[in-house]
Amino acid sequence: MRAWFGENVPKDWVKRRDEEESMLGRFEYLRGWQRKLYDAGWAGISWPKDFGGRGAPVMEQVIFIEEMARAEAPPMANVIALGLIGPTIIAFGTPEQKKRYLAKMLSAEEIWCQGFSEPNAGSDLAALSTTGVLDGDHFVVNGQKCWTSYAWAADWCELIVRTDPAAPKHKGLTALLVDMHSPGVEVRGLKQMSGESEFGEIFFRDVRVPMANVVGKVNEGWGVAMGTLMHERGTFGAALQVNYKRNFNRLVEIAKHIDRNGKPAAQDPVIRQKLAQCYAEIEVMRLNQLRAFSRINETGVPGPEGSIQKIFWSELNQRFQQVAMEILGPYGQLAHGSPNAFDEGQWAYGYLRSRGNTIEAGTSEIQRNIIGHFVLGLPKSY
Amino acid sequence: MQFGLSESQQILKSNARKFFAAECPMSEVRRIMETDTAQDKKLWRSMAEQGFLGVVFPEEAGGMGLGFVELAALAEEMGRALVPGAFLSNLFAGAALHAAGATKHLAALANGEKTGTVAMLEANASWDPAAVHMPTLAGEKLFVPDAASADLIIVAARDASKQALYLVESHAVEKIPMPAMDLTRRLYKVKFDHPAAELLIEGDAARQALEHALSVVTVALCAEMTGGMQRMMDIAVEYAKTRKQFGKPIGQYQAVQHQCADMLLYTESARSAAYYAAYTMTEGSAEAPTAVSVAKAYASDACRETGNRAVQVQGGMGFTWENDTHLFYRRAKASEIAFGDATYHRERIAKFVID
Repeated sequence: MRAWFGENVPKDWVKRRDEEESMLGRFEYLRGWQRKLYDAGWAGISWPKDFGGRGAPVMEQVIFIEEMARAEAPPMANVIALGLIGPTIIAFGTPEQKKRYLAKMLSAEEIWCQGFSEPNAGSDLAALSTTGVLDGDHFVVNGQKCWTSYAWAADWCELIVRTDPAAPKHKGLTALLVDMHSPGVEVRGLKQMSGESEFGEIFFRDVRVPMANVVGKVNEGWGVAMGTLMHERGTFGAALQVNYKRNFNRLVEIAKHIDRNGKPAAQDPVIRQKLAQCYAEIEVMRLNQLRAFSRINETGVPGPEGSIQKIFWSELNQRFQQVAMEILGPYGQLAHGSPNAFDEGQWAYGYLRSRGNTIEAGTSEIQRNIIGHFVLGLPKSY
Repeated sequence: MQFGLSESQQILKSNARKFFAAECPMSEVRRIMETDTAQDKKLWRSMAEQGFLGVVFPEEAGGMGLGFVELAALAEEMGRALVPGAFLSNLFAGAALHAAGATKHLAALANGEKTGTVAMLEANASWDPAAVHMPTLAGEKLFVPDAASADLIIVAARDASKQALYLVESHAVEKIPMPAMDLTRRLYKVKFDHPAAELLIEGDAARQALEHALSVVTVALCAEMTGGMQRMMDIAVEYAKTRKQFGKPIGQYQAVQHQCADMLLYTESARSAAYYAAYTMTEGSAEAPTAVSVAKAYASDACRETGNRAVQVQGGMGFTWENDTHLFYRRAKASEIAFGDATYHRERIAKFVID
């Protein structure tokens, strides 16, 4: 694996990431890289062999991630499919669904998004109101999803809809696999504070989804959605360490070239303390992930303690980005296109983007509710 | 590749938990901490019979010949039970003797026949072995743990420009108590006035032996802190489930619940770092010194923060003498300081990863 990375990791990724103006251009670049990984058999290490994976134990997936980090390789494009929806289909899907979707997730031929949050259902996800009404052998879907990452690039969507309005809110939901190219699907970009439109809104107007695209059972979609979210909280962060380590190393380099009190910032005792704390926390995040994967290896599924990883990676990144701002001083605020900006303004972007970390994939508050109730056994607060 | 305890390690851990639950319940902790030395001969003998004192030392030196992960598992359970006395100072001394090749003396510490400690810190209060200045056995050492109950004291000293480790019989030196926050472990000022001493090792090898012994005892301490954190959290969470205000258990309020969630995050994260450091020590990996400092830097802050929350969640009850939390809280502060606090270990990390 290490040898393959040595020969194949593109050297121009960071430059491309920083210089490329269009989100789509960056995305297509990562799509090409994922295809290369897929062709070499690395894209789905712990996924079943029959569906394009390697059928290896989940711990080999961890080794793969660590080697990605070591090689400073670019991330893969189809992250929502690989991290969240693929594992959900492996756990809950029919043999036909596995055959139809999994390999194309790995090859990045079909990009996926996750249609969960709605304007009036964020932390209270089960309050969602997008409906699916049975009509023959199809569900007819109407409603709106928002904060959907990669909606603009997606070919498919794992969509949670209400199929039994009379049932208690957790009991009337169904998980559907929806073709984003179906008539009646409209995607609009949602501009974020960081200036990009990585998220989007999706509008569904009389979209017909075949019954064959139900994941799990009708009206048992909450369990499927929870399965997806457990992966999002528990294991999704593992891939982030690739970025975190690279960002840390780069910040150390910068600290050697920016002065503070008449000497390089990297020699300033206060800055050294802060950098070392970031290093320690990135290590602890990696080790927490390793333990989480080991438990999945034994039990097959991530548990509610995955909320620890979600809190850890999101809050750590916010602390790290703030340390970067302190080291960069007046340079930190410079945006893409400014003269003299470090790394084409990536640090200003990263700082703003990190504010979303403690909101996306379940807010820190919701994660602490989950830990309190499901892990520590405290009474439900809501 | 699997990050978890093996079956035999789990057995060792669960046996240790049962042992300390039976031999060292909180009533015993409170009784022993009221004694002069907080070191109980009967408990020590039973721990020796279990092989706990020599877990990580080679079998030919009277130990069990196990690895640092096993040591961490044992230490975690000891932290959970707040076992009072000289376990860590004895381990520190044993590890120094082992690194110095003094197998004969090591056997006595591993089998419980004698106990040992290490006199390292001086008035400059630095945990850096390079900061040892006391000339050959004339002067004062401070913060020496369990010196009064120890039979043997390993002394770090400096001959001319060379570092050295000596072995001294405890009765040959004057020991003055330094009453401190942790009631379960005693600190002493030790005065040396040319006592009879055996030179164990000198020069760069002495510095290395001391560094190694510090790593061993720091890893054990980090695991022990994890156990203490777990216990503080368990006590606070239990209280939050039963204590009612405004007609509801206080643990139902998010302001309280989220503090409990933070305790879990700190505890599990400290546990990951401690066991990984132990693993790198067993592997003899080049990464071990960094991993040890990551574990101690993290645990030092996390243990204090967990204690702060445990007291806060229990309100007025958490602030009382009869509640056990303060005993763990006191230990947490002593442990945070011991072998270098977070600031000390962050600077070590900076040397490893920045310079």
